[in-house]
Amino acid sequence: MTADQIISAPKLIVRDLNFYYGADRALKDINLVIPEKMVTAFIGPSGCGKSTLLRTFNRMYELYPKQRAEGEILLDGQNLLDKKQDLNNLRAKIGMVFQKPTPFPMSIYDNIAFGVKLYENLNKHDLEERIEWALKKAALWTEVKDKLKQSGTGLSGGQQQRLCIARAIAVKPQVLLLDEPTSALDPISTAHIEKLIDELKKDFTIVIVTHNMQQAARVSDFTAYMYLGDLIEFGDTSTVFTNPKRKETEDYITGRFG
Amino acid sequence: MTTLLHEASLKRQTVFDLLFRNLTRLAAFSVLALLAAIIGSLIVGSMPAINAFGFGFLTSSEWNPVTDEYGALIPIVGTLVTSGIALLIAIPVSFGIAIFLTELSPRWLRRPLGIAVELLAGIPSIIYGMWGLFIFAPLFADHVEPWLNDHIGTWPLLGPFFSGPPMGIGMLTAGIILAIMVIPFIASVMRDVFDVVPTMLKESAYGLGATTWEVMWNVVLPYTKIGVVGGIMLGLGRALGETMAVTFVIGNAHELHKSLLMPGNSISSALANEFTEAVGDLYTSSLIELGLILFFITFVVLSLARLMLYRLSKGEGQGA
Repeated sequence: MTADQIISAPKLIVRDLNFYYGADRALKDINLVIPEKMVTAFIGPSGCGKSTLLRTFNRMYELYPKQRAEGEILLDGQNLLDKKQDLNNLRAKIGMVFQKPTPFPMSIYDNIAFGVKLYENLNKHDLEERIEWALKKAALWTEVKDKLKQSGTGLSGGQQQRLCIARAIAVKPQVLLLDEPTSALDPISTAHIEKLIDELKKDFTIVIVTHNMQQAARVSDFTAYMYLGDLIEFGDTSTVFTNPKRKETEDYITGRFG
Repeated sequence: MTTLLHEASLKRQTVFDLLFRNLTRLAAFSVLALLAAIIGSLIVGSMPAINAFGFGFLTSSEWNPVTDEYGALIPIVGTLVTSGIALLIAIPVSFGIAIFLTELSPRWLRRPLGIAVELLAGIPSIIYGMWGLFIFAPLFADHVEPWLNDHIGTWPLLGPFFSGPPMGIGMLTAGIILAIMVIPFIASVMRDVFDVVPTMLKESAYGLGATTWEVMWNVVLPYTKIGVVGGIMLGLGRALGETMAVTFVIGNAHELHKSLLMPGNSISSALANEFTEAVGDLYTSSLIELGLILFFITFVVLSLARLMLYRLSKGEGQGA
């Protein structure tokens, strides 16, 4: 049984996706289905294209002139690579969290209000409610509820990263992209975030890029192994880790390579 | 034998270290000494004027070599107003230049444009003065000032500032020339500090769906505010002290007008123009006191900037 058949509710469908950095082809004919309200992990050695693939989902690459994507990425059936697609609305639907915590240089409150204010005109009460909701979702509320007016940059690394997650979900996206979200964090903060990911998948479709295979095994439902721009194997996580179909995948996850 | 050699070299090193430390200390303290010497000589030089006019010097608009009566109000106002106009124009323009250079410009255009901005900073001020007097002022008198007279000049509150004979030279012209001169300083500092904003921070804001303007205004500017204020202060410092270009276009008249189109005077251009013809002791001393005032204004401005930055970082809360 292939992964495509198990997935009853696809959220994102990637079809024949190719990606270019100038003349370099960084993604080669990627075909992939991301299931709704599950965690999908992209793994593979550095330079395999896993982050590149993630960055096509919110078209972050468009900030850079020489990067381009060809093919289709369907979000609920709508091609988001379509030039007519409103970029800002797309990014409201697909939130992103980065390798390092990136709190904005403003208060905790304003950090979260920033994204919300871009799309919604909430009154003060509703905005406060939304901020509380997002912080609770990100398991940060109890730690910061008395210092919302303080700078977000004053929090610890793990708290900052949860603040960034709260900021991303405050906009109420459908998909959450996590680009190696724990690579700059200590083990305890990492455990916090992983637990959080498990909670968040009830409400959001989550795609996580990680270079930590144990992490992929722990948090994800589906795993995609990539190598040199090719999608080598995709399937449910337990199968990929215990009974991989491709020899390359086996070599990588058993540590013989990469 | 070897230990002896070793000890000798160790001793030599210690002596050399000591020498070096004292040399650097001497260099550092000589700056303080120099500063004190300059302030001291300015104060001593302006004592006759201070004794003669007291604080009235600051509020008097009299400047009469014949009766030997002097007041600093007109040049002080001229310096502050022209610098104010310069910043009012230069800050938004520089912000635009810096945004374009760091975010919007195609990569191949960045370097040439950046270099052009820096070259603008390298043009000697006398050239700005000549250009201002011979090219800009006549154009301004023919085309811009009549328009200002007709349109803004009739407004109730702002009107008086923009009405008057279109002569080309005056406070407004000086302010605009100053703006052109300080733009490269402010713009290149802004560009440099915008460039060091982490890509990931900007991407996080773009990732939330913010537009370039929202990213620049809400994230990049707060992140770089210390550098930006520093750049503005650098520009202001230059505008306050700029002599040559201002002297050419400000009109050098010891007159106090409400209209910005009328000629006036600034501290530095008064000094440049009048030192050669200052004959009496009181005249010379008054000019030196003007210099002291300029020094003081610059000092106050820089201190205020420091204070503002301190307040800003405190307002941001802990850890910032």
